[in-house]
Amino acid sequence: MNPLGIPPEFHVVVDIDRCQLCGRCAQECSFGAIRKTERMEADDRKCVACQRCVATCPQGAIMVEKHPLAFAPHGTWSEKFRRDIWRQAETGRALLGGTGTALSYPTLFDHILIDSCQVTNPPIDPLREPMELRTYIGRRPRGLEFVEGDLGGIELKTVLPPNIELKTPITFGAMSYGAVSLETHKALANSAQERGTVMNSGEGGLHAEMREYGPNIIVQVASGRFGVNMDYLKLAAAIEIKIGQGAKPGIGGHLIGEKVTDAISETRMIPTGTDAISPAPHHDIYSIEDLSQLIYALKEATEYRKPVLVKIAAVHNVAAISSGIVRAGADGIVIDGFRGGTGAAPEVIRDHHGIPIEPAIAAVDDRLRKEGIRDEVSLIASGGIRCSSDVAKTIALGADAVAIGTAALIAIGCRVCKQCHTGLCAWGICTQKPELRRRLDVNTATNRLCNLLDAWSIELKEILGALGMNAIESLRGNRDRLRGIGLDHTTLDVLGIKPAGG
Amino acid sequence: MLVSPRERKEDALSRGFRIHDGCGVAGIHSEKGRRIPGSRIRKALDAMLPRYNGLGAGYAGYGIYPRYPDCYAIHLILDDEDSLRKAGELLSGSVNIQREEEIPTRSRTLEDPPLLRRFFIKPPEQTRGLPIVDPDSYITNLVMAMNSGVKGCFVMSSGKNMGVFKGVGYPGDVADFYSIEDYQASLWLGHGRFPTNSPGWWGGAHPFNILGWSVVHNGEISSYDANRRFLEQYGYRCMLQTDTELVAYMLDFLNRKQGMPLELACRALAPPFWDKLEGMTTAQAEALRAIRLVYPNAMLNGPFSIIIGTNQNGNAMIGLTDRIKLRPLVAARRGEETYIASEECAIRSVCGQPDELWMPRAGEPVISIATGEPL
Repeated sequence: MNPLGIPPEFHVVVDIDRCQLCGRCAQECSFGAIRKTERMEADDRKCVACQRCVATCPQGAIMVEKHPLAFAPHGTWSEKFRRDIWRQAETGRALLGGTGTALSYPTLFDHILIDSCQVTNPPIDPLREPMELRTYIGRRPRGLEFVEGDLGGIELKTVLPPNIELKTPITFGAMSYGAVSLETHKALANSAQERGTVMNSGEGGLHAEMREYGPNIIVQVASGRFGVNMDYLKLAAAIEIKIGQGAKPGIGGHLIGEKVTDAISETRMIPTGTDAISPAPHHDIYSIEDLSQLIYALKEATEYRKPVLVKIAAVHNVAAISSGIVRAGADGIVIDGFRGGTGAAPEVIRDHHGIPIEPAIAAVDDRLRKEGIRDEVSLIASGGIRCSSDVAKTIALGADAVAIGTAALIAIGCRVCKQCHTGLCAWGICTQKPELRRRLDVNTATNRLCNLLDAWSIELKEILGALGMNAIESLRGNRDRLRGIGLDHTTLDVLGIKPAGG
Repeated sequence: MLVSPRERKEDALSRGFRIHDGCGVAGIHSEKGRRIPGSRIRKALDAMLPRYNGLGAGYAGYGIYPRYPDCYAIHLILDDEDSLRKAGELLSGSVNIQREEEIPTRSRTLEDPPLLRRFFIKPPEQTRGLPIVDPDSYITNLVMAMNSGVKGCFVMSSGKNMGVFKGVGYPGDVADFYSIEDYQASLWLGHGRFPTNSPGWWGGAHPFNILGWSVVHNGEISSYDANRRFLEQYGYRCMLQTDTELVAYMLDFLNRKQGMPLELACRALAPPFWDKLEGMTTAQAEALRAIRLVYPNAMLNGPFSIIIGTNQNGNAMIGLTDRIKLRPLVAARRGEETYIASEECAIRSVCGQPDELWMPRAGEPVISIATGEPL
């Protein structure tokens, strides 16, 4: 036993009175924290609290608890810093982690309240009255032209640019095949198709079996250009150029060679077993005019039939960058806040770079309005959207729609154990191992995702009804219906909202 | 504690609050342009007395200044001599004033009236050495500048051959104050207020106007901030702290600036539900879909019934409710006259037996267009 080894975070307790020694837990634990000897033996140091053993034990005999080990209290050297230093002292590497930042920065959503109607403007009952969530994503012309038609009526002369129709303003954010399993990709695509929204391929291309879902997929073109070919562009509903990601702004991607299976190799168009490296910048984009060239190259390739979106991480200067992106010709911007998830990112970047989605979307919406170009493009916001009220608040701050990633994964089993980067996901989500992938049943996952979309959509209708409105676009940018609680003046100004009572 | 009108304005502007009201609205339009005495619109409003609480009323008359048909008639509410002087300076520095006069009033019928002035003006040929190609926009900008830049000054109306008369009181009091019965108009709008959270101030009464657009409104626009922030991108500044002013600006923007036909512009304010358009391939359905897609924040959401008057591009009166008709609106025809009001009693009190009387469907505009004039 190495006395310098890192002390365990969790403690696995097996109730020997209940345990029948079936060994299921040992099979289920992909992290090797339990093995069967004459009894079930747990290695606490390996436990990540993914709860797979707890959930699958037929006897309900297992409990995972926070390890009671006392860390001598210290105001500066919290347990987290001690653990991080031990990890680095052992490996000499940058710390790598999955999901969004694990640090508890203030979440502004939790300091924003939504208005409701009383007397002077009646609330609307969504059970009795129509309530519209339909949202369009794409470019809008600056005006419409009408001409007198043959029969004397008025006809539209303007030809509208391509727009994708969403039945609800909730989309699935980019998660690549490679980071997540094919089963996860399929469940996302299935439920997007069933509920009239879109999923996003992420930067790893599309497996051949995903082609049929094209009309409900936004395909991503990222710096590695993995899986990008004419077929991929043509089958999609829209194309997204990925510049950055909220969890790791300014950082590329790295899919370890072990995860590059034959199927991944075929999809990504790289040799099996080699690392898939997405460079930090696109090597053909070193300025805004370069971005414009790629936007128009993709539009030319798809004959101007698909919206081309640009995804950026929410960084300090996000407003000005967004303005440039609109002027570069993008039809929509995806802003990913720094609480956004990741399959793998250096923790130092994930936990310290970028800004949250709430001030980012407010700043972008403001800036585009000041320049009179807000209504020409769509804004999709993502990065730590946890519930329907977060969706409503994001739209009221200025977004057209949102994208959810972690929330969707939680719906299909993710326990937020933050081990995505290990490829050992015990729930079959963030892994390529066949024996683990088998654990995710596509039909069950599809149903659960449909349910999540339904539940949030119903709640959005309730929110709209309480606000006395029956269409989602009336909430868009309607900041007067938000109030801040416990926020300082400056933050209120940035968000463009008044304090509660004001 | 009594609060002066100026303090109320300053308070409203600094806190950015909006005044929520319930109200009664009425409009009469002669499509042949026959001149209707102001006593009739007053009578229509008087029939709906329980809809008001005496904290605001007003009228808009079209065709009331036949001697100055080509002049913009600028009606001003002014706190004091100082604001009058500053407003006068701004006007004489930017336009040609053809005539300036007090708006005639019987001053003892309403409490604490502000100064009321009207200017008949024409825009100059050029400004800063450049010709003015769009005089309407020049006037719009001037109105925005006066409302936001001149302390104690509100522009009641700014259209040609029309004017708004409004104040704090019941509709009958306001009619007496301005001697509304002395004016003859081919189109009248009238309004009585029931504001819920303020003592009422002159600038906050209806109608609201910009250029030839006037709006009387019963309701509350729940989507207000989405609409306001949309309009601000195009230079409109919502200064009067009520929902209604933005209705006038929205129509000005859609119809005059964007060139959208009037009926479609009304449809943009209360667009049909998506489901209604599903599967429809008519030219109109295509147009309605495109309008909602391109102008999502032109939609006014929340309970409203409004009557719009315009002589901006032809003479017309329009009645419109929100998409699920949460506020009442009735329309009637008799001969060449169209009547629109919150309640049937208002219509019957002034037209006797109408040829037809109906409840307009939710979101479907009732449009009365003057014959022989383009729209």
